[in-house]
Amino acid sequence: MIEQFKNIEKNRHDYAKNWKKKNKGKVLGYFCTYVPEEILYAAGVLPVRVLGSHEPQDVTEPHIFGMFCPFCRDCLAQGLKNRYKYLDGLMIAQSCLHIRQAYTSWIKHRPVEFEKFLCMPHKVQSPHAYEYLTEEYKVFKKEVEKWTSKKITDKDLDRSIKTYNENRRLMRKLYDLRKRDKPPLTGEEVMEIIMAMQMSDKAEHNKMLKELLPKLEKYTPDRETGRRLMILGSEDDDTVFMNMVENCGATFVIDDHCTGSRYFWNEVENNGKDKLASIASRYVDRIPCPSKDWEERKRIPHILKLCKDWKVDGVIIMQQKFCDPHELDFVAIKKALEDADIPTLFLEFDVTVPIGQFKIRVEAFLEMIGEEDLF
Amino acid sequence: MTTEDKYPTEKLKCWNEAKEIRLKFYQDYAEAHDKGGLRWAGGAWTFDAIPAGLGDDVYPITSEPYSATIAFDKELSLECMEATEVKGYPRDLCAYMRNYWGSIITDKFAFGYKDGKFAPRFTGAKPIGFPKPDFIWQDHICCSHAKWYQVVSDLEGGIPMYSVDNSVGPSNELTDSKIKYVVEQLKDGIKFLEKTTGRDYDDELMYKAIRNHFVSTSKWAEICELNKAIPAPLDEKSIYSLYVLGTLQKAGKQVADYYEKVLLPEVKDRVKRGIAAVPNERVRVMSDTQPPWSFLSIFRYLEKFGCISIGSLYTFGLIGQWEVKKDGTWGAKTIPDVEFSSRDQALYEYVKYELHKPEWQHFYSCHLKSDMMIRIAKEWKLDGVMLHYNRGCEGLSVGIAENRLALLDAGFPVMAFEGNNADEREFDEARTKAKINAFMETLGVK
Repeated sequence: MIEQFKNIEKNRHDYAKNWKKKNKGKVLGYFCTYVPEEILYAAGVLPVRVLGSHEPQDVTEPHIFGMFCPFCRDCLAQGLKNRYKYLDGLMIAQSCLHIRQAYTSWIKHRPVEFEKFLCMPHKVQSPHAYEYLTEEYKVFKKEVEKWTSKKITDKDLDRSIKTYNENRRLMRKLYDLRKRDKPPLTGEEVMEIIMAMQMSDKAEHNKMLKELLPKLEKYTPDRETGRRLMILGSEDDDTVFMNMVENCGATFVIDDHCTGSRYFWNEVENNGKDKLASIASRYVDRIPCPSKDWEERKRIPHILKLCKDWKVDGVIIMQQKFCDPHELDFVAIKKALEDADIPTLFLEFDVTVPIGQFKIRVEAFLEMIGEEDLF
Repeated sequence: MTTEDKYPTEKLKCWNEAKEIRLKFYQDYAEAHDKGGLRWAGGAWTFDAIPAGLGDDVYPITSEPYSATIAFDKELSLECMEATEVKGYPRDLCAYMRNYWGSIITDKFAFGYKDGKFAPRFTGAKPIGFPKPDFIWQDHICCSHAKWYQVVSDLEGGIPMYSVDNSVGPSNELTDSKIKYVVEQLKDGIKFLEKTTGRDYDDELMYKAIRNHFVSTSKWAEICELNKAIPAPLDEKSIYSLYVLGTLQKAGKQVADYYEKVLLPEVKDRVKRGIAAVPNERVRVMSDTQPPWSFLSIFRYLEKFGCISIGSLYTFGLIGQWEVKKDGTWGAKTIPDVEFSSRDQALYEYVKYELHKPEWQHFYSCHLKSDMMIRIAKEWKLDGVMLHYNRGCEGLSVGIAENRLALLDAGFPVMAFEGNNADEREFDEARTKAKINAFMETLGVK
């Protein structure tokens, strides 16, 4: 049912090149989901998220010190290996230090036509973040207009916001279906859909979702759901891991990842202000990345609510090795989950994961969750 | 291996005064409550002129230098690291942070009393418990900064916390909106301080503290600038003990006075009289990021080859403020010639000045840091660079590999050595010395 999404994900470069040819537009690669795609899309630019390839590589050692996360090195490797040669622009919104290095090295060694480091505020809990980010967007909008030689009108922004919001709404619908006792999709399949979402034209993704959702509504899978799991943590597009876990008698029914629900959970709401201010509010108010989740830890109540609403039996907390922002949160998250009687398993990911070892740990975890059924 | 002396040398006369200021800083913090005062905790980069407006009896402890103090006390540091790991925190996190948390978890302060006198634990003093701060006043530019204190607050059972987001982009792209974003946060912060402490805020005290800040940061840069001289009047191992005052309390009068009225005149005099820090100076290098604090002896090892480390962007620009002078060279930032007439205006000047901090620029682009490093290498007449690939600090190691490439491209030999500023388990002294041997040979001074 999800082949078309998988095709985009697996052939992401061909997709972008074809889009470019067909639409005579520009393609911009971005590194972090705090990039306001709506502004780019309004200018007729296709934003595509740069992800790694999960292949061991040896090209980034001279560029990024080995104590930084494997994901940022995997992303940079894609650039250095010229797999994204078709990109016209490259951009990052301020988030963690790790991924920033992929951006700064890339623009130096593989220059692009348009580059942008957007100063997304860290203190999203400050009331002043809205106005500040709106001002940053005004500058960014002008830069994009100059780059594309196209004036971005309010109408363009409206159209873009509408398309992006529709995409988010459809994804929320899809996620709601996972609340069922027998979720119609596995976590691995949902991961494919979200990856495709980050690499494709949202209008096209909407069309595909609109075709998929009615089918899913009527669909009851043959497979046993098993234990209902949540996965949360750093960037995660490791479908091999998801597949392994879901073949051990479990289904991922919900996640808290920037490559998952955090990417689309919140919509741009028309707050009566101008369009850019509305977009800024969306990015300030969205479910935060841990690097921005302070002074209060707002992610914790959100995670607990997801666990409750999706009837989660256990949580796998994963993180990219050396991912400081998540390392600074997971102790508190683990405690909150355990205080709520939700068992957790912590796993550290690299570009490739030791699937055999992880399988043993996952099986033990699932057995532990199922203890009460045994006795 | 030891080479012949070429220059006269002598000890710094003001050395002990620096040590006294440092010890008094920790004593004031520890004993603040005994005198009815307040204690607060925050990072070395925090806007410390703001809590100064609460009164003259409000004493800070800054996290990084305190954690470096623990690192120097190897036994205590190991205890702290292990206590932090037992609580579940990964050992690849910021090593300063782990020392600091460990000091709270074990309830052991790095200072105590020996024969009734306040003294560091490693001198044999009986340590006191970690003095809990009354509030947290932090800033955030590195991923770990505000998060550091989130955990401190967790560990202490909740401490009122305020953190300012100062990550608004490089100084060459500053706008009114960026400055105002930080200013507005500081204004909210003042309200937080009043509410938390129940004290009225005194703008005049804040104005004085901002002035001190201007003096400390500008005069420190002026002192470092003097190290362009051959022979260099200061070596980096000594610089570590001097720059630290700025990391303790850059808005403090004692620090501003020491830099302006004590240290600067003495270093000027050394230059005038040709007094060398390293009498056999033959080659000049700089380092980068924090050193491995337990192994500062590597800097003395360099001297055996007649090699002096004249400082680094880290020691120059962590606290020091710089600007490009008319002749195109780097010099101390001019102290703003403004009278403070209102809270808003004073905060605006303070923020506008502080956002130029050299050590904040690489958070946006490692290439900005490379440019500054190449500038130092040229203007301070260096023969090579030693880069500490520091596993203990992601904030200052970010982009370091690109810095290495840029320095090499600019024609400067680079030696990279891996280590950890505050976790001695991750530093291999013998291997580093072997690397130094090879590097010295490259520089022609074996």
